[in-house]
Amino acid sequence: MLRLVDVVAGYGPIGVLHQISLEVKASEIVCLLGGNAAGKSTTLKAILGLVRPATGSIEFDGQRIDRLPTEEIVRRGIALVPESRRIFARMTVWENLAMGGYTRRANPMQEVTADLERVYTLFPRLRDRAHQHGGTLSGGEQQMLAIGRALMAKPRLLLLDEPSMGLAPVLVEQVFEIIQTINGQGTTVLVVEQNAAVALSIAHRAYVLQGGRMAMQGSAADLLKEDHVRRAYLGED
Amino acid sequence: MLDALGILPQQLVFGLALGCVYGLIALGYTMVYGILLMINFAHGELFTIGAYVGWGVLVWLINAQLGGLHPLWVVPVLLLMAMTVSGVLGVTLERFAYRPLYTRGATRLGPLISAVGASIFLQNAIMLTQGARMKVYMTNLLFPRNWYVHIAGVRISALVMVMISVALSLMWLLNLLVQRTTLGRCMRAVAEDREVAAVMGVNVRQVISLTFLLGSALGGAAGVLVGLYYTQIDFFMGYSAGLKAFTAAVLGGIGNLRGAMLGGLVLGLIESLAVTFLNPAYRDVVAFVVLILVLVFRPTGLLGESVPQSNKV
Amino acid sequence: MPKMDRMLSLAIVLGAIALVAPLVAPNDYVVGVLARICLYATLALGLNVVVGFAGLLDIGYVAFFGIGSYLYAFLASPHFGLHLPFLLALPIVVAGTALFGVLIGAPTLRLGGDYLAIVTLGFGEITYLLLLNLDRPVNITNGPSGIIEIDPPGLLGHVVSGNTQYYYLFLTVLAAALIASRRLQHSRIGWAWQAIREDELAARVMGVNTTVAKLQAFAIGASFAGFAGALLASWQRSVFPENFLFTESINVLAMVIIGGMGSLLGVVLGAIVIVALPELFRDLAAYRLLVFGFALMVLMIFRPQGILAPSRRR
Repeated sequence: MLRLVDVVAGYGPIGVLHQISLEVKASEIVCLLGGNAAGKSTTLKAILGLVRPATGSIEFDGQRIDRLPTEEIVRRGIALVPESRRIFARMTVWENLAMGGYTRRANPMQEVTADLERVYTLFPRLRDRAHQHGGTLSGGEQQMLAIGRALMAKPRLLLLDEPSMGLAPVLVEQVFEIIQTINGQGTTVLVVEQNAAVALSIAHRAYVLQGGRMAMQGSAADLLKEDHVRRAYLGED
Repeated sequence: MLDALGILPQQLVFGLALGCVYGLIALGYTMVYGILLMINFAHGELFTIGAYVGWGVLVWLINAQLGGLHPLWVVPVLLLMAMTVSGVLGVTLERFAYRPLYTRGATRLGPLISAVGASIFLQNAIMLTQGARMKVYMTNLLFPRNWYVHIAGVRISALVMVMISVALSLMWLLNLLVQRTTLGRCMRAVAEDREVAAVMGVNVRQVISLTFLLGSALGGAAGVLVGLYYTQIDFFMGYSAGLKAFTAAVLGGIGNLRGAMLGGLVLGLIESLAVTFLNPAYRDVVAFVVLILVLVFRPTGLLGESVPQSNKV
Repeated sequence: MPKMDRMLSLAIVLGAIALVAPLVAPNDYVVGVLARICLYATLALGLNVVVGFAGLLDIGYVAFFGIGSYLYAFLASPHFGLHLPFLLALPIVVAGTALFGVLIGAPTLRLGGDYLAIVTLGFGEITYLLLLNLDRPVNITNGPSGIIEIDPPGLLGHVVSGNTQYYYLFLTVLAAALIASRRLQHSRIGWAWQAIREDELAARVMGVNTTVAKLQAFAIGASFAGFAGALLASWQRSVFPENFLFTESINVLAMVIIGGMGSLLGVVLGAIVIVALPELFRDLAAYRLLVFGFALMVLMIFRPQGILAPSRRR
């Protein structure tokens, strides 16, 4: 479904990604691991057109998307749950979700309302707080909102940028359970994470980025057994 | 002192009317700042152009001798024409003078200098095409002098009432748009976090253009109102009006729409009070002193919001 | 460093031309223009300290120019009956203006970019309005009529007269200003300013006393302007509020930007461009500002870093 081939990208003179290639097949959960500044977020930004690859190609459903404007890319069925949530703090929960569904504003009202219902069912706390400003929500609730907002777009591919960041372990488990549920309902998932343990526990396949290069790749099960991964990312010795 | 107290109510009414105008202009500044973190220095000129367009249309209408020139239809026509021209000009300005700059990630200095350049350019363009002498609005042909009411000993002319109601209506409409429509949500989203808004599928460039369109149109409307009320307009009027309106925007909390409206009213009233009790020649100084006081002691303004901290170019 | 050599040779060439310029100038008016260039270049170097070195966007800089001019006028004219000698009045003017620099800079310390610009703009406007209106109730500035019959500079018994002499005086001052700027740039303060310009928070974390450094920038920048103001007053023999409008602030800012912020030679070049070009297009005087405004916009689009981009990486 999504394919990156030899992508080179960066910010101005600073190169971040050096010939990255990865693939996400339909209905999979793929996770992209790596330490700080390995280039994980940049990879997502490249997919979304927020950063333009200098060379290489990015394909979605067989079509090149790396030269398209962001709003066009997103319209094809990709949604993002940004790093640190980045919900609209000055807008209410409902308004955040409405913005999430922006790409579907041409669809009939009932459909969108139904989607809203689905999100509220998945995250009951959001329903309670529907008319509160996003800024007043707790970290965990904001993460729910960020995911719910992305779901409103009914994406075929859901990108998540470090969803575990800043959350208590209990919440992290909850979030990843939800990601599995979403995947079960048919959405392909690409998760970028530093927390390798929990990411690998739900992923089918994984890649490891180091210094902007692809260091390792394989099935989640295989990577969990890899010594290097265990030592570097799982803290085991 | 008693003298001053005597004329105070009248001055307050003037202050209110003036404040409404400041509010309209301030909205233009605050909308653009909210969405681009940029001070559109040329906004004052869009106000001036609105005043000139209104003048031109009024003159044409008078000369065309269409008979019954009733403000009920003339004023909306003036407003419409002025708002359209100012709005389009604002969009053009953004497209050609500003957009190349912030998409390139230039420092904040670049757009500011460009805006100053645009301001100087427009001011002189007006002067060269319209002459350096002032133009006069024949308001008395529209609003006979005997159209006024007395409320609590204060004489409020029909003109002032029209001014205030037009300004308040426009503000109310804008508020409605921003708070209740999808488009308004998009504007707020882009203002808060441009990157994430783009990821939601919002065409950020279009939203920015629209913001300029609306803000500039409001400035143009203010120009017509000022023309009708003060009757004298000149090519330089945008400069001080612009700075004061900017003060109003900052006073209310830059980036905050309600703040701009509130700030405008407050500034108008403060100016009236100052003129009543102090030397009228220092009228303009009052605005700047207020500006500096606000920026130093409460930079977030009355309806203080912290400036958005999201990733912006 | 090839770039340094290029700059140096350019500077030497310009310096040589500058020395002989009045001798080859076609008439006295042109010499007057050259003198004006030197004066404004000095002024622009002062702004360069504030904007170029320290990164503080001051767009009301003309206030200091005006304060300096009027201070000199107070000290050396019939207005208050004081006729201090040039060499005595100068330090007083410079010190006084520097003080204003601190006073105006102090409230801005906590403000960032755009807000700083607006506050300085506000101060600039207030200064102009005060100059214009402080003739009642007590006549301090003589209002719109300005102050006239200011004493010309007297240097060791010789009274400066004629554009050529003024030119060499201003040229000397400009040279001193250039040297001072260079020394400042590479001094401890200069590094502090650069750190603040790049990233104020990081600078503070590294131990730079940003408050003091910023105030120093304002004070030093103001003192350049004060000096230039005194020179203007003694040359024109008169000062009016109209000399110190906001457009002047923009002119000086343009000089700093056109040349490339932080580049000393660039500032001089900018002064030459801004002062000389309108002279070349005298006939089109009415269109001058129009073109100027347009040029600013175009310059920002096509070459925002200025004509002589500074050697440091942005």
